[in-house]
Amino acid sequence: MTTRTAEEAPVAGREELISGSEAIAQACALADIDVVTAYPIRPYDTVMQFLSRLIADGALKCEFIVAESEHSQFEIVKHASAVGARTFVGSSGVGWFYALEAIAVTAGLRLPVVALVGNRALDDPGAFGCEHNDALAVRDLGWLMNWVSTGQEALDTALIAWRVAEDPRVFLPCAISADGAFLTHSQQIVRVPDKRLVDRFLPPYNRGDLQLHPDNPITIAPQVNEDWLMEMRKQTDAAMRRSRDVIIEAYLDFNRIFHRDLTPFTEEYMTEDAEVILVGVGTLALPIKVAVRRLREQGQKVGFLRLKWFRPFPMPEVQKALSKAKAVGVIDRDYSFGSPMHGGVLAHEVRSALYDVEPRVPVVNFVAGLGGREITQPFAREMFAITQQAAQSGASDTQTHWIGVRENQE
Amino acid sequence: MTTTQKLPAIRGVHNAPLEEFYTSGHRTCQGCESALVMKLMIKAAGPRTVVLGSTGCMYVANTTYYSTPWVVPWMHTQLGSSGSAATGAAAGLKALMKKGKMKEEPINVISFCGDGGGADMGLSAISASLTHPEYNHLVLMYDNESYANTDIQVSGSSPWGAHTSFSPPGKARRIMHDRWKKNTAAMLAHGHPKSRYIATGCASYAVDLLNKVRRALTLGGPTFIHSFDPCPKGWDYDPRYSHELGMLAVETGLWVQWEIEDGVLRYSGPSRMIAIGRRKRKPIVEYLKRQGRFAHFTEEDIAYFQSQVDEIWEKWGTPGVSSVKLDLKGDRA
Ligand SMILES: Cc1ncc(C[n+]2csc(CCOP(=O)(O)OP(=O)(O)O)c2C)c(N)n1
Ligand code: SF4
Ligand SMILES: [Mg+2]
Repeated sequence: MTTRTAEEAPVAGREELISGSEAIAQACALADIDVVTAYPIRPYDTVMQFLSRLIADGALKCEFIVAESEHSQFEIVKHASAVGARTFVGSSGVGWFYALEAIAVTAGLRLPVVALVGNRALDDPGAFGCEHNDALAVRDLGWLMNWVSTGQEALDTALIAWRVAEDPRVFLPCAISADGAFLTHSQQIVRVPDKRLVDRFLPPYNRGDLQLHPDNPITIAPQVNEDWLMEMRKQTDAAMRRSRDVIIEAYLDFNRIFHRDLTPFTEEYMTEDAEVILVGVGTLALPIKVAVRRLREQGQKVGFLRLKWFRPFPMPEVQKALSKAKAVGVIDRDYSFGSPMHGGVLAHEVRSALYDVEPRVPVVNFVAGLGGREITQPFAREMFAITQQAAQSGASDTQTHWIGVRENQE
Repeated sequence: MTTTQKLPAIRGVHNAPLEEFYTSGHRTCQGCESALVMKLMIKAAGPRTVVLGSTGCMYVANTTYYSTPWVVPWMHTQLGSSGSAATGAAAGLKALMKKGKMKEEPINVISFCGDGGGADMGLSAISASLTHPEYNHLVLMYDNESYANTDIQVSGSSPWGAHTSFSPPGKARRIMHDRWKKNTAAMLAHGHPKSRYIATGCASYAVDLLNKVRRALTLGGPTFIHSFDPCPKGWDYDPRYSHELGMLAVETGLWVQWEIEDGVLRYSGPSRMIAIGRRKRKPIVEYLKRQGRFAHFTEEDIAYFQSQVDEIWEKWGTPGVSSVKLDLKGDRA
């Protein structure tokens, strides 16, 4: 136990009953963002409704720009970030895809834009509900990525996101994923910290000698081609690798300043002695944790591992948490058609993370909850049961199980 | 924070500043008028300027790593993003100054794009940028009448019938495009009354162009200039004639030089002389025959082209600017 100095004594925040979107909007105000751009698409856009209200009511001073498309929405914050402004942006589903060009170059330019992805299916066919393929489209591009599961976590993670993204050792954009409807629109009690504490945690954004300003006449993003592109890609790779320690540092500071006890990369739920562990991201944590408790009551050694950060991928944490299990089931609220297991993205990543673990842990893949379909208790139990079978057989089951799907619809 | 730099008008080419902010280091073709537009644009704007450049020749041929020609801060922006880049940089600077996070000072923001990037892909973003009177910036669209950087493909701004790498005059069929879209600036001016300054220009009339850039930046708010840039590679002529071709385009009445300041339209240079009837337009064939891209033209093609130029001067409600005519006689309700 560290003793608290006077400076670190808790400054009372306030508790509010707010949605995940509103929690992020509160974080924007606490972080004193300078430029925000909006474009309507459900479900992320509630954050912009809350933000515009905060700005209209004078709780936040910032440029609020309603763009004419997501492409412009993301390009505007990209350039605002280049001149040194702290920025916030967001989108969902096809809106995120409409902006994809801008999203790709934001990472290439190492601009610490923070975005909310209110995860949504990529219609057609029309669907507002949650799927993770929108955010996952940028998984290879140099965006820091995480998934939050509660309103509190949304607020906390947003503050951490600016801190990590804007750290000169990192300078990478960060996408915070929040499950559409399940989190963006559902209300929970959230503790909103005092601004004075936030100021202690989050230093001002300083672009340093990369700032686009007449005092610093640099040329940004010239043609480099085969002469230099590889070196620059490798710099981005190095920044992503460095981000791991910066994230750990940020959580340590966060816990110290706000008197919390967050773990940086993953949340382990009854995994200690678990023989069968389900893995997932986002709000499916809730039904899965309920199932874990019920199965534990029946004496089954089950647990749940939630990945909070996806990029950088928490390799050591995943290996450590899963290596003692007899089998692991990975729940994907996404799909990767034609992939090795004809399954989801997360399962392939987890399977790859476990490749060198001795003895190798069998991995089962579930595709569930697509389009916002609810992951019910029977579905959760079904996934545990199938993973249990893999534990008994000791072999990976590579067929990928679609959970809660009507049969014979092919 | 709507202050702008007060850039006085330049009276004659000898009074233009000697200082260059677009210098050696670029690799544009010999005779590239777009490069001259860059040089004039930033000469007019001066050092306290941020320039954003869309993909195209003026990016790819200009800014090679280690040999940038830009003395001012410069950043590449995406092909269709000149409008959003301008808004973003101007908004960022404004926010930081307003909140005391950056020293207050009027900084010019100029975002340029080609005709492909501006008149085609980025039109919606430019339109949106012109709806923000609170941000000071200039979008300059340099029009070399093709997607030049990707090997001279037809753009929305290419002239009728021009031979490009996507519009070859073949034996069985001439893939000529039938568009006539040269009045992007007028289109933007009419729909964006909050923009205080929208103009056309041409580097052959250098002082006029310098002053148009200065007026745009001095008036402030979102502004737009469309420049007409002969391109020896894309138009297929000897590089030494760039300047002359720009003049010919104006003298034949194909390219009309004007500005709209606070809602008032004024023609400039020879275009004004033509508009007030003090000067006759040269026949368009004098312009067409100088360029390889029109080499396949028949007599009928030339006559048709001439008829189109005649139309913009003789039939349009506002010659060379707006095709709309007024009719107050009848009510068809
Ligand atoms: C989104 C996107 N599509 C296509 C391209 C390929 N591209 C690069 S430069 C260019 C030509 C742009 O033409 P224009 O804006 O007229 O500028 P110019 O090259 O003629 O100077 C194109 C199509 C690109 N960079 N980005
Ligand atoms: S192709 Fe045309 S626009 Fe491009 S650099 Fe050459 S002359 Fe200039
Ligand atoms: Mg062009």
